[in-house]
Amino acid sequence: MNFDPRYSGRNFSSVGTRPIRPDGIDKVTGRARYGADFNMAGQLVGRILRSPHAHAVIKKIDTSKAEKLAGVKAVITAKDLPDLTDGDAAMYDILDNSMARTKALYDGHAVAAVAAIDARIARQALKLIEVDYEVLPHITDVDEAAQHHAPLINDQIFTEGLEEKPAKPSNVTKRTQFGHGDVHKGFAQADFIVERSFKTEQTHQGYIEPHACVASVNPDGTADLWVCTQGHFVYRQHCAQLLGLEASKLRVTSSEIGGGFGGKTHVWAEPVALALSRKAGRPVKLVMTRDEVFRASGPTSATSIDVKIGARKDGTITAAEATLRYSCGPYAGSWAEIGAMTAFACYNLENVKTVGYEVLVNRPKTAAYRAPSAPMAAFAVESAVDELAHELGMNAVDFRIKNAAQEGTRASYGPVYGPIGIGPTLEAVKNHPHMKAPLKANQGRGMACGFWFNFGGQTCTDLNIGMDGSVSLAVGTVDVGGSRASLSLVAAEELGIDYSQVKAIVADTSSLGYNDMTDGSRGTFSSSMATISAARNAIKILRDRAAQMWDIPVDDVVWEKGHAIAKGEKYGNLSPLSLKDIAAKSGTTGGPIAGHSELVADGAGVSFATHICDIEVDPETGATRVIRYTVVQDAGKAVHPTYVEGQYQGGAAQGIGWALNEEYIYGKDGRLQNAGFLDYRIPVCSDLPMIDTQILEIPNPNHPYGVRGVGETSIVPPLAAIANAVSNAVGVRMTHIPMSPPRILAALDAEREG
Amino acid sequence: MVEVTLWGSLSAVAGGKSRHDIEAKDIRELFRKLAEQYPGIEPWIDRGIAVAIDGTIYRDTWSKELPPGAEIFLLPRLAGG
Repeated sequence: MNFDPRYSGRNFSSVGTRPIRPDGIDKVTGRARYGADFNMAGQLVGRILRSPHAHAVIKKIDTSKAEKLAGVKAVITAKDLPDLTDGDAAMYDILDNSMARTKALYDGHAVAAVAAIDARIARQALKLIEVDYEVLPHITDVDEAAQHHAPLINDQIFTEGLEEKPAKPSNVTKRTQFGHGDVHKGFAQADFIVERSFKTEQTHQGYIEPHACVASVNPDGTADLWVCTQGHFVYRQHCAQLLGLEASKLRVTSSEIGGGFGGKTHVWAEPVALALSRKAGRPVKLVMTRDEVFRASGPTSATSIDVKIGARKDGTITAAEATLRYSCGPYAGSWAEIGAMTAFACYNLENVKTVGYEVLVNRPKTAAYRAPSAPMAAFAVESAVDELAHELGMNAVDFRIKNAAQEGTRASYGPVYGPIGIGPTLEAVKNHPHMKAPLKANQGRGMACGFWFNFGGQTCTDLNIGMDGSVSLAVGTVDVGGSRASLSLVAAEELGIDYSQVKAIVADTSSLGYNDMTDGSRGTFSSSMATISAARNAIKILRDRAAQMWDIPVDDVVWEKGHAIAKGEKYGNLSPLSLKDIAAKSGTTGGPIAGHSELVADGAGVSFATHICDIEVDPETGATRVIRYTVVQDAGKAVHPTYVEGQYQGGAAQGIGWALNEEYIYGKDGRLQNAGFLDYRIPVCSDLPMIDTQILEIPNPNHPYGVRGVGETSIVPPLAAIANAVSNAVGVRMTHIPMSPPRILAALDAEREG
Repeated sequence: MVEVTLWGSLSAVAGGKSRHDIEAKDIRELFRKLAEQYPGIEPWIDRGIAVAIDGTIYRDTWSKELPPGAEIFLLPRLAGG
């Protein structure tokens, strides 16, 4: 990589301003095209038949009646998606999740699919498919599934990470451990110890746009896929591998995206749509219903976490320990591992130990959800930290400041931290007016910290300068939070031109080199780095073209504020040439002017946030209302502050829903009982106060502008901040998320009954 | 020569030791030499290992140099949302 990513400390003209986003008008007028808005000539309607059983052997599938129905053009089962994964266990799980092969592993697992000329016939055809199931015992609770006597979901899985290889298979797929020091010694030094167990229920990301795609496979082996995704290059790889296509012959175009939050980071129904199209010989549109999104896409884990923290009377934490059990759905994952790594990452701990257990359950395959696994771990740890501060008689913020990690601290997950921002967020919260505002009866205030890693990754951009001097920027990271605006600002900044001269698009997979997906808070961090690199490459060409126009050596041409300038007194009579001047002559100075960049954007830097929440609880009904909410987070450099604030507010809003209401509810039959927004209650505008934000800008040393990822960390503190607020409001420690009215009333009753 | 610390599960396939002294100039050489010494580590490298160098995490830049005296810590390669 011939690009120096180090922070340069420059002054900015465009970066840090708040222009209107380029995709804004299309979105508010309804012209923006989302996953379901695309159509192809002759397209069919795809529908998926899903298992009504939580756990069942698929003994036989008879599709003959469906195939004979007039208007049905293709019916597929797992036989039409043969295993081409070549020992890649993760891809095999994705394949099996797309279409069950031998067993249905959860209520909603796909078992067959049809393509028909319209939706009515497709639905009729599904009813004609006969599936012979042998129903098996099921398990949906994370704690029960981890027990030895629990029904086994996969008898080929033996727990990894144990000192001795187990003799019997288990639903616990892996044990992981992190930490340092000696927790037994540390607890022996403690004057106060808090030890509690916590639970969080499974939640869905709750993106408004369901999964949707249009697939078209041609007889010559080429194919097109229009799809709502967080990463069209990743979808191309997955689909090409699963269907035996050449990646370069499968062109994937990402639509606008109505939210993903991690849930659109791997394929679900897309291989099914491609397989249907291949069999039918016609394009197939496949759109999940909301019911299908809940039952058969990828919610986050349900968790069960034990925490123990000890401290001396002076407020120094002497030891901290946590055991974390995370549900993975029916396929192995590493969700508890991430929880174990992030749980105590905010603190400077001499003795710390975390152990994670990955647990299989008969629920949908767990997927990433915005800072995956960290919010639940933070809920448990930050609740215990708050309780310990109360026992010590210390202010909760001061207690955290005293124990906060700083540069040189050994992180609980292993390495020693470089410069980090937890301290500044805590100081900002301590001094925030919100912390001093009076509270009324039945109101409580809570605060909490959160940590997330942030990632970079493979990135490729093209920057093309038109002959009129306008600039088109093609990026490969899907715009989920306003990145086309941010990246246009970056291109304008680097080239020294106005934001309005730049038009950014998300290019399809045939137009640009590979890009990792928009996850890990990497979209703006990574693509801005590649955009800076591409712009600098274009500037080299612009200087060369100016040198030709002036007939002087290129080394005598510099680029300043959007102009080529001939440096030196001997060129005193040469007026600067603008980008537009040079572009206008490009046809005779060497042809099109463009800058390209391909790089790996590493060094994203870890991220911290601290939140404050005020809540009012009705002690008679258990109903809650968030009165005031403040987010403080380090952005490194806020490229477009409005969209950084939007990320902070969005994370808080999602966290409020998760903390107070959202949960997957399963019946004893293993079926999901609330697969819709009427019964699975996400927050709406009227539930939320204006969420205040404070952006801290502590530059990231590994980005030219100091940028850090901002998309995920904001969802880490809310569960804990809200739980601390509710606990302070009602005087009872809340240990089970969501804190729905019945659960709050039950906690109050339990307290009254002693 | 750099001292490399492996997280718990990885050290189990590296002779049960969490700390290793390796002569390596960059991440690529580090992975190669670890795999030569402990073949069981190769599938882990294929699945993805992140390398923290003085606290900054690198996932894909295998050309990243390992400065003498730097703290090198291997971590699982994680998913984001």
